[in-house]
Amino acid sequence: MKRWITTTDHKRIGLLYFWTAFCFFLVGGLEALLIRLQLAQPNGHLVSAETYNQLFTMHGTTMVFLALMPLSASFFNYIVPLQIGARDVAFPRLNAFSYWVFLLGGLLLNASWLVGPLFHAPHWNVAPNGGWFGYANLTERQFSPGPNIDFWLLGLQILGISSLAAGFNFIVTILNMRAPGMKMLRVPAFSWMTLVTQFLVITAFPVITVGLVFLMFDRFFGTHFYVATAGATPLLWQHLFWLFGHPEVYILILPAMGIVSEVLPTFARKPLFGYTVVVFSGVLIGFMGWGVWSHHMFAVGLGPIADSVFAARPC
Amino acid sequence: VPRHRLCLLAVALAVSGCGGPFPQSTLEPRSDFGWAVDHLFTDIFWWAAGVFLVVEALLVITLIRFRHREGRPAPRPTHGHTVMEIAWTLAPAVILVFVAVPTVRVIFATSGEAPADALKVDVIGHQWWWEFRYPELALVTANELHLPRGRPVQLSITSADVIHSFWAPALGGKRDAIPGRINRIAFRADSMGDYAGQCAEFCGESHANMRLRVVVDSDSGFGRWATVQLTGPARPAPGTLAERGKAVFARSACLGCHTIQGVSPGIIGPNLTHVGSRTTIASGLFPNDSAHLASWIADAPALKPGSVMTRMQPPLTDADIAALVAYLEGLR
Repeated sequence: MKRWITTTDHKRIGLLYFWTAFCFFLVGGLEALLIRLQLAQPNGHLVSAETYNQLFTMHGTTMVFLALMPLSASFFNYIVPLQIGARDVAFPRLNAFSYWVFLLGGLLLNASWLVGPLFHAPHWNVAPNGGWFGYANLTERQFSPGPNIDFWLLGLQILGISSLAAGFNFIVTILNMRAPGMKMLRVPAFSWMTLVTQFLVITAFPVITVGLVFLMFDRFFGTHFYVATAGATPLLWQHLFWLFGHPEVYILILPAMGIVSEVLPTFARKPLFGYTVVVFSGVLIGFMGWGVWSHHMFAVGLGPIADSVFAARPC
Repeated sequence: VPRHRLCLLAVALAVSGCGGPFPQSTLEPRSDFGWAVDHLFTDIFWWAAGVFLVVEALLVITLIRFRHREGRPAPRPTHGHTVMEIAWTLAPAVILVFVAVPTVRVIFATSGEAPADALKVDVIGHQWWWEFRYPELALVTANELHLPRGRPVQLSITSADVIHSFWAPALGGKRDAIPGRINRIAFRADSMGDYAGQCAEFCGESHANMRLRVVVDSDSGFGRWATVQLTGPARPAPGTLAERGKAVFARSACLGCHTIQGVSPGIIGPNLTHVGSRTTIASGLFPNDSAHLASWIADAPALKPGSVMTRMQPPLTDADIAALVAYLEGLR
């Protein structure tokens, strides 16, 4: 037990990530099941409207930040050092720090299901209820007065710290710790996709961090970053969120594409077809992932020119 | 259970979803906007179907033709093929041109511009109901949008609180109602009918209960409706239950939030001047009948969680509620 808690070994941390992600995956699946049971009949009353909103908010947040991302992290940890011939990641202690901070963030988010009485709420659950996208100005204190959104804000900030630390760790590992003779165009496809993913992480997470800090200041200190009546526009949140959110899509899919690019050749007993193209496509996806955020905002009314530009971008 | 029965059961369950009716289908357009999107959808569907067939056929052929069998030698290692890479990069690019041109055309055609003679309506989203104002007619109503068939209309959409999204699928796409901004959508309805819609941006506890209806009528039918809406509220006959209801309305909290022309000036809730002429209450949630009106007045949050219209303190008596219902139903 103690050896698992104090470990800095990349394989063990990989397994910790895997099993923790799997547990959160079950939690997220349970939430999805409750959503479906509620919808199995018209006007379902299995849960209240408020609880239902909490369920789909926590389902989305859990699947993205507590299941899929850490599942990718488990593969990064377990496989990347082996693939590039390193003894471990560049900063093993920072690696352990990433895992424990992730666990803390996940537990904080989910604690919101049980701590209602601490906030004098009439029920146990004060879980986040603003959607996984947390659109302002619904998430402002005026429209969401409870602690629900605060759990979401702080939970995501903490998870962001974990992802950023891991991002820098793996970039340094892949760039600096390859075995002698392993030039960049000999790095296995999965490790390449890991590298692209980590660059996306260290550039995209600061954007949502800024968005969340603005929202936090609005909620706690009376600023007006998203308050329409004070002359600001709540659309700022949507731009910041999707400027993070669309690269996030590639943060989730690129590692899986890397895994497929390893598994298929292995079972077809042939080398990867067009390795160089695969690598450069991955890098290109990383860049283009930054140019498509507004295709989450076609109903917002940005005007036909902006809508056309973002419709024409292929990702 | 035999396997084929299980398969049949699965198919039956899946097909049961095809039964309808589908009051909010986007695939049954009833306006120029709807048809433009529908044609684009059909176009892109066939391109996608073609791509799907080619890709899946190649995949299946490859899987069968080159599968592993005992005694076969290991496959020849191939590292890539530049010409093929270029070919299957260019082919999608060309197809995307054929998809992009009509897409951009429809984006511009549906961007909200309307001819000068278009009927203008201001749409204001509230948690959780819709306010409709006809500035040229000086007319205000709620939750049921009446429009004439065949005439261009332009909706100017905004919000009084959080972000909502106006969506009546048969008539047009979603357009967000954002506080501090005005978004426009324009279309011309081509057939009469009662079209369902609802808020399409998560807006809080009763988002799912924020529905709307669009009633498209003939030009003369719309004119008659507008004339009725423009007259003052019906005066209940002396000595009736409805007259007592009016008195209850005038002495309770109702008037703080609701407008009844000449009776009360409230602007927080829907305008009730002609509430009796609507087919539904609570933004399209319930039929407008005495039973539902009574339970709505008694305890709105029980029917629509989070509703601003809380239970009245001190509570209204059953007799008061019955009188109110009679009064409101008479406001035709």
